[in-house]
Amino acid sequence: MSRIIKYVMFDILRNRFVIGYCLFIMLITFGLLGLEEGSSKSTLSLLNIVLLVVPLISVVFATIHFYNSYEFMELLLSQPVRRSTIIYSEYFGVSGSLSFAFAVGMGVPLIFLNQGLVSVYLLLSGIVLTFVFVSIALLGAVNSKDKARGIGTSLLLWFFFTAIYDGLVLLIMFSFSDYPIEKYLLAFISLNPIDLARVAILLQMDTAVLMGYTGAVFSEFFNSWEGLIFASGLLLLWAILPMLLTVRIFKRKDL
Amino acid sequence: MISVHNLHKNFGKLKVLDDVNVTLEAGQVVALIGPNGSGKTTFIRSILGMVKPEQGSILYNGEEILKAWKYRENIGYMPQLAKFPERIQVKELLDMMKDIRNNNKVDNIDEELIELFDLKKIYQKRTGTLSGGTKQKVSAALTFLFNPNVLILDEPTTGLDPVSAEILKNKITKEQSKQKLVLITSHILSDIEEVASHVMYLHEGKLQFVKSIEQLKMETQEVSLNKAIVKIMQQEIK
Repeated sequence: MSRIIKYVMFDILRNRFVIGYCLFIMLITFGLLGLEEGSSKSTLSLLNIVLLVVPLISVVFATIHFYNSYEFMELLLSQPVRRSTIIYSEYFGVSGSLSFAFAVGMGVPLIFLNQGLVSVYLLLSGIVLTFVFVSIALLGAVNSKDKARGIGTSLLLWFFFTAIYDGLVLLIMFSFSDYPIEKYLLAFISLNPIDLARVAILLQMDTAVLMGYTGAVFSEFFNSWEGLIFASGLLLLWAILPMLLTVRIFKRKDL
Repeated sequence: MISVHNLHKNFGKLKVLDDVNVTLEAGQVVALIGPNGSGKTTFIRSILGMVKPEQGSILYNGEEILKAWKYRENIGYMPQLAKFPERIQVKELLDMMKDIRNNNKVDNIDEELIELFDLKKIYQKRTGTLSGGTKQKVSAALTFLFNPNVLILDEPTTGLDPVSAEILKNKITKEQSKQKLVLITSHILSDIEEVASHVMYLHEGKLQFVKSIEQLKMETQEVSLNKAIVKIMQQEIK
């Protein structure tokens, strides 16, 4: 498998998008940290980049790359190579190079300007979110032969997790505000990878108070190591489960 | 060498392959013919594992291949339209395939077609910039490169100039003499007459017959394969 991952990464490096992505993240990070050095305000801005930009780029790039590699996959299919190897190589090749670009782009400025535990959390959650959204994107792409529909599905999923889902959570909070629903809310938020990453980082920043009553419930739960392990475990599941489903579909598909 | 039993494949409601049973032996050059949409390419792609049939089994040397993958090291496949990653050079493509096959043993590499097609001249070109015919040549060279026991060629001569087509046909005959199985589809009956030993006729997903060319000519009392096939097709219509 490593041999094929090598060729996937080789191909990605050639089209220079990933290098541009890395420089873009680096520029923004330097800029934000330079504007408000060391304050938690700049960390919050960085958090928004991790939660919005990273999933968007991962989703769009992974989907487009999947469709553009169709020729390569077809070529491999007639060779003595397992189908699962082909799709896993695509997954690890794309998410590996994207998360590497992200880690360098955000990591270098953070080392110089903002060392600390929160920075480590930021980097880790960016990397995990890359894997999560590449895995979600591939699930969308493998299900449709039509490129436009595939990209549309991926964008919709990104939009769902970043905006629509939060709207639903708010709606539920307002509708049932008379009842003790904090625990259910916790479960609800656990189903969204972006919320999981957000909550996990915010609670490390002692800004949980800003999150009101529910924030208190979360800090009670998440501030402990158990909470952190719980959130990381769920995020990893988000990276693994869609991918397992993708492999299952890819193996049975007519190509 | 390859035996197919009760093969069924549907695309939606359309029956593309309908109970195909056939055994192909080493040393044969089998021409797979039939009208457009009769299931030729689907049949080939089932053997390669690209299309998953609903029912039936395909055996390679007695072993079931429908969930296997290792058997493909014995197969060389030349698709109807050659598709390669676009940003890669011809030389890199060949090296990559060798690397993926984990096959750097010089003795088992057959570079004859690379020589005959003079492909070294275009080694540094990117595959995206090649013309359709040149892509076909690269694809043919790639198909024969690993000296496979089974060669599957899907309309190999379309897009090739007469000289290159001739080179390819000679190569096919040469491989046949090495006791390999060649499965070839084509609509150019004169090409088939030159290289094939057997004809396999598919019609609307049903296998009509597999016969040697001599037998076919004898039964229809025709001298040329062309006329023999036309006669059979007309009988079908009646």
